[in-house]
Amino acid sequence: MTKWLEQNTPKLVLAPSFIAVLIFVYGFIAWTAWISFTRSRLLPRYDIEGVIQYERLFASPRWDTALNNLFVFGFLFIVIAMVLGLVLAILLDQNIRTEGALRTIYLYPMALSMIVTGTAWKWILNPGLGIQAMVRGWGFEEFTFDWLVNPDMAIYTIVLAAIWQSSGFVMALFLAGLRSVDGEIIKAAQVDGIPTWRIYTAIIIPSMAPIFLSAFIVLSHLAIKSFDLVIALTGGGPGYATDLPATYMYAMAFSRGDIGQAASSAMIMMMVVFAIVVPYLYSELRTKDE
Amino acid sequence: MKSVFFGAVSATALIASAVHAEPKAEVLHWWTSGGEAKSVAVLQEEFAAQGGVWTDMPVAGGGGDAAMTALRARVLSGNAPTAVQLKGPAIQEWYEEGVLADISSVAEAEGWADVLPASIAGHMKCDGTWCAAPVNVHRVDWIWANAAVLEANGIEMPTTWDEFNAAAEKLEAAGIIPLAHGGQAWQDATVFEAVALGILGPDGFQKAFVDLDMDTLKSDEMKAVFDQMRTMRGFVDPNFSGRDWNLATAMVMNGEAAFQIMGDWAKGEFIAAGKAPGEDFLCASVPGDGFLYNVDSFAMFDVEGEDNKAGQELLAELIVGQNFQKVFNLNKGSIPARTDVSLEAFDSCAHLSSKEMTESSDNGSLLPSYAHGMALRGAQAGAITDVVTAHFNSDMSSDDAVNMLADAVANSM
Repeated sequence: MTKWLEQNTPKLVLAPSFIAVLIFVYGFIAWTAWISFTRSRLLPRYDIEGVIQYERLFASPRWDTALNNLFVFGFLFIVIAMVLGLVLAILLDQNIRTEGALRTIYLYPMALSMIVTGTAWKWILNPGLGIQAMVRGWGFEEFTFDWLVNPDMAIYTIVLAAIWQSSGFVMALFLAGLRSVDGEIIKAAQVDGIPTWRIYTAIIIPSMAPIFLSAFIVLSHLAIKSFDLVIALTGGGPGYATDLPATYMYAMAFSRGDIGQAASSAMIMMMVVFAIVVPYLYSELRTKDE
Repeated sequence: MKSVFFGAVSATALIASAVHAEPKAEVLHWWTSGGEAKSVAVLQEEFAAQGGVWTDMPVAGGGGDAAMTALRARVLSGNAPTAVQLKGPAIQEWYEEGVLADISSVAEAEGWADVLPASIAGHMKCDGTWCAAPVNVHRVDWIWANAAVLEANGIEMPTTWDEFNAAAEKLEAAGIIPLAHGGQAWQDATVFEAVALGILGPDGFQKAFVDLDMDTLKSDEMKAVFDQMRTMRGFVDPNFSGRDWNLATAMVMNGEAAFQIMGDWAKGEFIAAGKAPGEDFLCASVPGDGFLYNVDSFAMFDVEGEDNKAGQELLAELIVGQNFQKVFNLNKGSIPARTDVSLEAFDSCAHLSSKEMTESSDNGSLLPSYAHGMALRGAQAGAITDVVTAHFNSDMSSDDAVNMLADAVANSM
């Protein structure tokens, strides 16, 4: 009996969370997939009707906008936040005196919730209250910075706020990575007279691949599930110019009583996540095994 | 000894309640802000005075979205509340899910059919039986104005859209924002339907936004509606995106802007700020005939048990009762849904609203507001709003807009 317990304790301890994940994550994914093939409106219905919801989804110009925005936002957000985070980390890594204080300052935005970030940036970017009004107040009457109210540019304000929020966190990740590189190699390179930028590009950054992977995964899932930032900053507007798939899904499920549409958009979101993350994970993990 | 005593008392209480079937009601609503909460409290007191036990279930947030989510969960678990704040075609949508009760006995005993305007009564019926009780009538197609600003610029309240455009140009030249507006989808839709009512007329409005007639949606008149929206876009200040409606009302109040097109909840803002109707601010129906209403109501859900059924009937009776209709609407800025309530205590805007409601009811131009979920189901109304707000916030042509409108409506079915 004790022997059996000894052997099976890990399994027993893990079982509840395993079952919970099985039901509440994979079970509900399956349920959503089922609903996305029905004509559910206000309440779920279970008669399969084919791909009608997906046809409606891709005929909707609002969904086109939402999906486009996801790619624009996701790409710019991930790339800029990673580049900026890396640059900040390298600059902080130069043995400067106030590193602790600076690190905290850059990391602090992460402590705010997206709602706070969104509201603060909404005021900063508001043409009548924020930057534009301030610069005009200095006497530059022609100065215009109206991205927030310009339907073609509004999505970039979301990118801006999201980068401000997250680049400090990426910096912290990279900083940890930089510190974990073997100091001996760097010293050896320095002795050989290799310039600092070459040390970074040829030695330090390549050896930080796992950190890039973590940063990429964290940022990409932040991008895909972005919801609160959009709601606080633009409310999806002007018009629906800054709608993202998550806000589209919310509108369908909770405001319009169109559960079928919401389910099909959720499935597409999930496929986007898989399409981006799975190949990356696969390639990264495989090279590690070799 | 003590516990025996208490046991005996509670046993007596149990027996007593079983005999009398005390009316009970659980009410789901999202009237949680100041004036609204006060209005609901009136109903709660009346209900208690009649010996009822009221269980309040306020769910705030998202303009009712959160409450609808709570309702869905309750209905799916087979435990629906007695009455739920619902309106428009959503009532029939829930009826089709087979969860609404029949309160025709109360409605007939109280003679609702005689005191409610016919088109509003229509919303309260499911397949011919009464299933909901109306609380109030908000008029949506109002235009509000700052009296001092209009006088200083020699402008009368406009009676046609051309007059409105001329007045707006004059105001713009004088450095005043002609139209206070908040760039949120529902506000764009509110202005759009007011313009549509004026240009399409009551019949055209009915065809376009109630019957969803494709020819009307693609007609030249509809293009004219979008043309007027494009003109109105020029009368809005550049900073309007995302502004809340009450901030737009404040702009009219302090003379920064001249007009606002908004439902009569805007009146509550004026009055709360100590402004007098007819003196500080003016109210008028938007140019054109007709009356767009937004009627709040309580839908009655199927409940088990004598006490719950008794509670439901009592609640329905009180909601449409003279006293509640009067007190509630004085608090909320709307007018009573029943036409025989004395309007003595109401202001001049409410008198105008009530008079025009009766007139439009007689000539068939009393119409449901599409922007506020009275005319269409969520999916169709949302599809129209998407096009309206996309057009208003871009440089889309009116031709493209009507085509998109027709496609979006077809796609939402």
